[in-house]
Amino acid sequence: MRFMPQTESDVAAMLETIGARHLDDLIAHVPASLRASATIKLERGLSEADVVREISALAARNTGASGFLSFLGAGYYRHYVPAAVRAVIARAEFATSYTPYQAEASQGTTQAIFEFQTLITQLTAMEVANASMYDGASAAAEAVLMARRLMPKRPVVALSRALWPEYRATIRTYLSALDGLDIVEVPFDDATGATDLSALDRIANDRLLCMVTGYPNALGIIEPLGALAQMTHRAGGLAISATAEGIALGLLRAPGELGVDIAVGEGQSFGLPLQFGGPGVGFMGARLTHLRQMPGRLVGQTRDRDGRRAFCLTLNTREQHIRRERATSNICTNHSLCALAATVYLSLMGRAGLRELAERNVELAHQAAAVLEAAGIRRRFSGPFFNEFTLKLANPSAALEAAERRQILAGVALGNDYSELSDALLVSVTEMNRGDEFSRLAAAIAEVR
Amino acid sequence: MASAGRIGPVAVSETSSTPHRIEPVAGVPLIFELSSEGRRATDLSPRAAGERRGAEIIGVELCREDLPGFPELSEPQVLRHFLRLSQLNFAQALQFYPLGSCTMKYNPVVNDELAALPGLAGLHPATPVHLAQGALELLARMEAALAEITGMDAVSLHPAAGAQGELTGLLMVRAYHRKRGEVRHKVIIPDTSHGTNPASCTLAGFEVIVAKSNRRGYLEAAEVRRLVSDDVAAMMVTNPNTLGIFEPEIQDIAAALHERGAMLYLDGANMNALLGVAKPGHMGADIVQLNLHKSFSTPHGGGGPGAGPVAVKKHLEPFLPMPRLKHSGAGYEFDAERPDSIGRMRSFHNNFGMIVRAYAYILALGGDGLGMASRLAILAANYLRKRLQPHFPSATGEPSMHECVLSHELEKRADVSTLEIAKRLLDFGIHPPTIYFPLVVPGALMIEPTETESKEILDSFVDAMERIYDEALNDPERVKNAPQNLPVSRVDEAGAARHPILRWEKKA
Repeated sequence: MRFMPQTESDVAAMLETIGARHLDDLIAHVPASLRASATIKLERGLSEADVVREISALAARNTGASGFLSFLGAGYYRHYVPAAVRAVIARAEFATSYTPYQAEASQGTTQAIFEFQTLITQLTAMEVANASMYDGASAAAEAVLMARRLMPKRPVVALSRALWPEYRATIRTYLSALDGLDIVEVPFDDATGATDLSALDRIANDRLLCMVTGYPNALGIIEPLGALAQMTHRAGGLAISATAEGIALGLLRAPGELGVDIAVGEGQSFGLPLQFGGPGVGFMGARLTHLRQMPGRLVGQTRDRDGRRAFCLTLNTREQHIRRERATSNICTNHSLCALAATVYLSLMGRAGLRELAERNVELAHQAAAVLEAAGIRRRFSGPFFNEFTLKLANPSAALEAAERRQILAGVALGNDYSELSDALLVSVTEMNRGDEFSRLAAAIAEVR
Repeated sequence: MASAGRIGPVAVSETSSTPHRIEPVAGVPLIFELSSEGRRATDLSPRAAGERRGAEIIGVELCREDLPGFPELSEPQVLRHFLRLSQLNFAQALQFYPLGSCTMKYNPVVNDELAALPGLAGLHPATPVHLAQGALELLARMEAALAEITGMDAVSLHPAAGAQGELTGLLMVRAYHRKRGEVRHKVIIPDTSHGTNPASCTLAGFEVIVAKSNRRGYLEAAEVRRLVSDDVAAMMVTNPNTLGIFEPEIQDIAAALHERGAMLYLDGANMNALLGVAKPGHMGADIVQLNLHKSFSTPHGGGGPGAGPVAVKKHLEPFLPMPRLKHSGAGYEFDAERPDSIGRMRSFHNNFGMIVRAYAYILALGGDGLGMASRLAILAANYLRKRLQPHFPSATGEPSMHECVLSHELEKRADVSTLEIAKRLLDFGIHPPTIYFPLVVPGALMIEPTETESKEILDSFVDAMERIYDEALNDPERVKNAPQNLPVSRVDEAGAARHPILRWEKKA
């Protein structure tokens, strides 16, 4: 048992100190009927080499992880992760520490979180950001719950239909137990792919609690976030934006600049591997006036007894371990190490690099769209897009199959989530794609068009 | 004094003879303070000639002007900054970390390598299932292993953390009762519970009723019978409870709940005491959530990511969250037809990277090894309890499982608080136990040594605790002024809350 250091003589000595004879004497008080049936019927333990062999064999069967040109996105994005990100998060000092309850022994973690909070406020142009959430979808759900705490009397939760389907589904689950809420979907414009402003206008009244919009949205479109926020505010509601592709915030006008009250999103694009969908990291930025209703942990700057700058968890009277049933959220463990990866990544990209990267994504995606268009493959929507766009195809699944035969993962068919978009394929292009791939994609799709 | 970056019990000489000793700095500068305009740590491959810039393509009116204040450093500067920060941390790999209820056991390093295999780390969640069969099989095997370990019928790996697992479980309880045409408003929670339990209840729309544990520190079925009614949806029980005691009446408690149609929700936070010792399913639990970052060794990461699978009995299986794995002739796929499911709690499938690590851990230990892990964890806790008894008596007379909760009289005898004892431990290079929890024990020290620490480490912890006890009586100022050997002295947490500074701002 290579992880357990006790030798037989250690065990004997420890038992003797305790005054017991056998290890099982220590559990003799557990009801016998439970003990009798407790044996875990799994294989015997494996050597490290055999564990590696076993898991590697499973990994090798994921043929979609390599060898394909990929245009998969839809909420998780393929970006280059600099080696320095991995070098930092592999440090056991970060990876094997706990939530920094003991500030004096956790200045590394707390300062890094403080830097993460700062970076998120800079990216979103919000006044305050928390230490991280699980992911973008649950952060969006927590944002709606936060809005409800701020304005408990307003019943209508408006979700853009072009908000990511999984975000909408998560919000619905989180709200399912709460009485008196009315979830309304605001349709998108069939031509532009942006949320229909006139539809929001129709429900923008004193019953509106909040409006949640994808930025960019699930169809790839850069929403008119400012106009949506303004309309929401006119009704006295709170504007919430949800960004699944964090790189976009390096270029697009920041949610805070556009009047958004709570800006959430997914930080997977900031240095985290695809890892079949998790763990990623949720982020949340908000206004200072709403601070007390914000969920999740916060790190603050303070001093030590000798007057030196120091950092610690703070404002924890909002949290479950103090407030119990009156807490703002039940969140305890969050995604701290992923937030650290994002902090390192954003520090490496830096002020100029993040914007250049975002621009490069735009350039390549538009180059791809142009190549496809030249081959007669049209986009489904006319609105502006960042690094993802929707194609109009007679038979998206046939196109996917044809592309797969040519070792291309062409995108995500939207028909599963949107019955009205059975003709649509969502294609994502990042800096990981090269210009010469686009003609191959076009040829594969054109084959079945 | 220690300079930033030196931690632990190392005797840092205050009269160092090093001629050009670097003066202790006031911490590590913030990354923003290290910036210099125009510096960069990343280069993109060059843009094709004549290509329009992204901002022009989408229109400058959609674009921000700048990222004011964003870092501007070179790659080596960034790396050095974060490596220096890393040196300011205590961590399980470096120190004894007996934090009660957190199970800070060794995290096998090979598991990090396995999660990073290109076939696992590079797999996009939208990959067609027939090209991801290895991942799906791993998930299926993990579900089966956890069902066997817990004695439950079905497992969902979907929740992102223990607390999300709690919410998932409670929403399933609610959906179950609804389906039977019943609306139940209340959930019973013992006074010893973790704070996440009542917080999860509120999110799931339940009102909390508090059950009192008895003088011996456990729950009596009689108390549950007194509280349970047709309006009670479930009871959440942590077993062993937060005093580290196995709930001896757990089977009766389950029966008392089931008689009135209520569910037993078992909080599996303390599963590290139960592996091969007692299965939640056999205790009568209808639901149990597990914290893979506790019993199943995935790194805590300074506060996550974790993973919080839920395991249920058959009658709750239809309510498990989406997506749900199923096996057909062609292989594994996700089941889209789940009309009674509570829905999804997050994006995509689960925290796959953590599940890979936990599965590798289960493979490494095997059934026997898991059983031995719990037994040795229980041995270590009882050993510490016994050895510390003369100075720090146990808060309970009941046998301890994988952790022990101790009390002390130093507050009265020497005016030295539990917090001060904890801070003094830091000077010895030991992470303190959980303190002031459970709330039912004044000044509690909750110690969970885990099975992966040697007897020598446990003995040195006892030595440190005895010395602190001695100091508290004879040299209390030393304890009160701790820590002295860390990058910072006592941090003013009250000040942080009074005047919140939650981000760096550029000086005007």
